[in-house]
Amino acid sequence: MAEAVESPGDPETTTSRPLMRDLKAVGKKFMHVLYPRKSNTLLRDWDLWGPLILCVTLALMLQRGSVDSEKDGGPQFAEVFVIVWFGAVTITLNSKLLGGNISFFQSLCVLGYCILPLTMAMLVCRLVLLAEPGPINFMVRLFVVIIMFAWSIVASTAFLADSQPPNRKALAVYPVFLFYFVISWMILTFTPQ
Amino acid sequence: MAAVDDLRFEEFGDTTTSLEANPDATTISIEDPGETPKHKPGPPKGLGREEDDELLGNDDSDKTELLAGQKKSSPFWTFEYYQTFFDVDTYQVFDRIKGSLLPIPGKNFVRLYIRSNPDLYGPFWICATLVFAIAISGNLSNFLIHLGEKTYHYVPEFRKVSIAATIIYAYAWLVPLALWGFLVWRNSKVMNIVSYSFLEIVCVYGYSLFIYIPTAILWIIPQKAVRWVLVTIALGISGSVLAMTFWPAVREDNRRIALATIVTIVLLHMLLSVGCLEEHVLLHPGGVMAQSTCEITGGTKCEQRSLASAWVSTVLLLQKTELLEGVVGTFKTNSISPGM
Repeated sequence: MAEAVESPGDPETTTSRPLMRDLKAVGKKFMHVLYPRKSNTLLRDWDLWGPLILCVTLALMLQRGSVDSEKDGGPQFAEVFVIVWFGAVTITLNSKLLGGNISFFQSLCVLGYCILPLTMAMLVCRLVLLAEPGPINFMVRLFVVIIMFAWSIVASTAFLADSQPPNRKALAVYPVFLFYFVISWMILTFTPQ
Repeated sequence: MAAVDDLRFEEFGDTTTSLEANPDATTISIEDPGETPKHKPGPPKGLGREEDDELLGNDDSDKTELLAGQKKSSPFWTFEYYQTFFDVDTYQVFDRIKGSLLPIPGKNFVRLYIRSNPDLYGPFWICATLVFAIAISGNLSNFLIHLGEKTYHYVPEFRKVSIAATIIYAYAWLVPLALWGFLVWRNSKVMNIVSYSFLEIVCVYGYSLFIYIPTAILWIIPQKAVRWVLVTIALGISGSVLAMTFWPAVREDNRRIALATIVTIVLLHMLLSVGCLEEHVLLHPGGVMAQSTCEITGGTKCEQRSLASAWVSTVLLLQKTELLEGVVGTFKTNSISPGM
């Protein structure tokens, strides 16, 4: 590796260089999700840092405010985390069982990265909720969430559809649709305390 | 099949030439075993054959069962073993869903659509969709009822999802297990011609739950009468699919046991729909109103009120069972007459 050329004892080069490299890789994949074309970057150099960052951000923003509102409130941090990861694992197992030739972690990587549009929708919704509540507020949020939901589906289908046998594509894509639909629902119904 | 004909012709030529060369030689002509099914004149396929199939479980199903046995030969700890349960194409899944929505008397769902290729894709994802459909539609109907009320604070009830998931997945797996065990036990006592494997029963139950997905979505409409009509229609369709599937498996048995089995199947299905409707109705619109007064008056009264309304609606639905038994009886007579 090129980074090993510098002196090993120097703290700047042993930690910041690989960190910058990884952050750049994550950023590059974010760009690929935002402008989905049929490219292999997401699949070839998979990593799970991006999905982790996105999942933690989403879960932090979605969790309910305090323990007092435990009676029928929104999801807790752990619940969002479990839903996202458990859902992604289930979809990956499903596509492998149907005969897809994608590896386990590649599929997790794609599904995790394609949550990016929905995380952006969550940010927008939180900002919109600072304004006056009302039907217009709701309409704006609904519109934003629908657009981002469609974007996530298109992005993940662009990466995942090719790995499925042709007569089972719909069977493999439907769980992805359900997964992002549930996440969009959680985002849309989020109300601050 | 010109190549195959050439081969056969050549074989024939060989025997004649060798007989000419050596008249004492014995020649054995062995037909290619792959050819025999193609050349066998099959009986005309059509409605009659499918009914024979259902009644007798004849060669076709024996052969497919043998093939199924060959198919599932991987040991259970390999991934390939589980892949055999997902060996379905998109159009097959759609066909099975269509079959569960349109129960036709005399057509058996298992024989017609599953044909020894039970899959786990349908049951698993239909149950998952149903769980989220119930939770989301409950949320939505609650929201619509209280639209415009300034004092109403919307909460997305997240606990509903885990409760609904537990109930539905338990129903879709434990009831088929109990039914399969029961059928195996009866099979050891009375020789039944038609018997189903555990996965086929899971498959039937899974696909029969599909009708509840549009029903759950239409439950958003806040009118109670509409909801009862919807749940009755859904129960009728999926109950009749189940009854018509399992009637051939138990009718050889003692008449009372057969009837009791079918009635139990339908009753459990009814309990599931009542449970879902109660969870939907009680804990959402009407229930929320009751809750707000209950919070003022006290805790135990609310519980009693909700329990009382649950009991009343269960009794009302049990009265509908008698109606349903009559329906099952007419199906029974319909499916007997073609066989006789």
